[in-house]
Amino acid sequence: MKNILVFAESADNSFKKSTQEAISYAREIAETTGGTVTAMVVGSAEASHLGNFGAHRVISVDYSGAFTSDAFSTIITEVAKSVQADLLVISNTYSGKSVAPRVAASLDASLATNVISLPNNSPGFWVKRGVFSGKAFAWVELTKACKVLSITPNSFEIKQWGGNAPVSNQTVNSTTLITVEQVNKVTGKIALTEAEVVISGGRGLKGPENWGMIEELADALGAATACSKPVSDMGWRPHSEHVGQTGITIKPNLYIAVGISGAIQHLAGVSSSKVIVAINKDPEAPFFKAADYGIVGDAFEVLPRIIAAAKN
Amino acid sequence: MKVLVCISVVPDTTTKIGFVENNTQFNTAGVQYILNPYDELAVTRGLELAEANAGTVTIVHVGKSDSEAVIRKALSMGANEAIRIDAEPTDAQFVAAEIAKIANGYDLILTGRESIDYNSGAVCGLLGALLGIPSVNVVTKIDYNNGTFSFDRDIDGGRETVSCAAPVVASAQKDLCEPRIPNMRGIMAARTKPLQILTPQTTANFSASKSYELPAAKTGVKMIDPENAAQLIDILRNESKVI
Repeated sequence: MKNILVFAESADNSFKKSTQEAISYAREIAETTGGTVTAMVVGSAEASHLGNFGAHRVISVDYSGAFTSDAFSTIITEVAKSVQADLLVISNTYSGKSVAPRVAASLDASLATNVISLPNNSPGFWVKRGVFSGKAFAWVELTKACKVLSITPNSFEIKQWGGNAPVSNQTVNSTTLITVEQVNKVTGKIALTEAEVVISGGRGLKGPENWGMIEELADALGAATACSKPVSDMGWRPHSEHVGQTGITIKPNLYIAVGISGAIQHLAGVSSSKVIVAINKDPEAPFFKAADYGIVGDAFEVLPRIIAAAKN
Repeated sequence: MKVLVCISVVPDTTTKIGFVENNTQFNTAGVQYILNPYDELAVTRGLELAEANAGTVTIVHVGKSDSEAVIRKALSMGANEAIRIDAEPTDAQFVAAEIAKIANGYDLILTGRESIDYNSGAVCGLLGALLGIPSVNVVTKIDYNNGTFSFDRDIDGGRETVSCAAPVVASAQKDLCEPRIPNMRGIMAARTKPLQILTPQTTANFSASKSYELPAAKTGVKMIDPENAAQLIDILRNESKVI
């Protein structure tokens, strides 16, 4: 891989953790294959410090329009052509997932999404990706000369390489057929897919009015909140919080499940978490077989003790 | 309004995943196959929009003849006709390339957000680029008015509303609608609805699955006394160092 291009996704003029991970990932590959890492940014974010995460250089594209999949795909494709990229690294966020396939198709490149490993080059180019909604992994060989990877957040450690990267400007003509009418961002909440700690509640909490405990613990630990499928199906919590096979697959450092039995579909979405804590009053709950730490007890008695300790 | 819905056939969500042939093949023994849950939403909303706008819904699937029961289910939900492209769906790029060959002339093309087996989530965007039309992924709402579609879609940390003129391809996310359950009349009618079988027109040369792995099993749970639950925080801070 000689020319690695990273799409450095920015939000509110700063770079997300997932972007920093993507750049560090690309640099790791460049260190073994002797390539150059170019980070591309769209819009006005100050970007020279991306050198610290491993970018050798930064290309800043002047485009003032809102994020739309068609416009941004065109921009990424044009920059990829101009730097003769043979590998593109994109974060597997909703935005990243909306552009990665379009870019791959435009470049006639091989695409792998949900990537969770560095490539294996012996021989060829293989990556490990999550399949069966978290129940398994597949090693996939990408066979086209150019490759596009979208990498799962929280799969790679950010490395500090030190220093700033030189920034050059590039102009790309890009138009969109999509009009962004309205954007509603939830402020002050940690995005579930990128959270390092997730506190999740299930039917054992008995009703939406009891979610204050989950939120209190989440606040104390800087965590995002999540829920099981029955809870979102009953409308106690929004579908956007549902983790599991037909919800979101997450990969935090710590997942605390309160009052969730641990059905196979739920475990699929969370089993890649580094440390799992299950709290359930049923000692036979299947979650205890998939957890690192377990507490058999009533959530209404156990959680206040944990919250008090977390605040301490 | 002409709607095309792309469906995939996946193992039932309760399936215990395993592999055979030295971990190179998915173990299909005893597996029940279903219409991918997100595709079920795509079919339902496609039907609702077509019914409200004097339209038709065509189902397309890339797969072998063993998926016909699931294609008939989509027809029994109310779709007018189906196309099966007779090939093993090796990856999202092959599937999208095949569908692109038959996808011209539709106002709205729908897919699921991702299949729950290979989870690429890529067919929507790939089709958009291959057909040169806009693509809108993870949509939780679709409305149509006078040639223009409006979508709500999930974004990182929120939701946005976008609009664009037909034709467009979109991928269905939870919240889009409640899946339609086929009724007896639909099931009877589905038996005789047209199901066209086409031979593939492209070659699969983007990727190859080499082997599979299962997640490492947990080595054993350490139980904490509920009376002493506060100890958990100490362990997480000092032993596993995750907070």
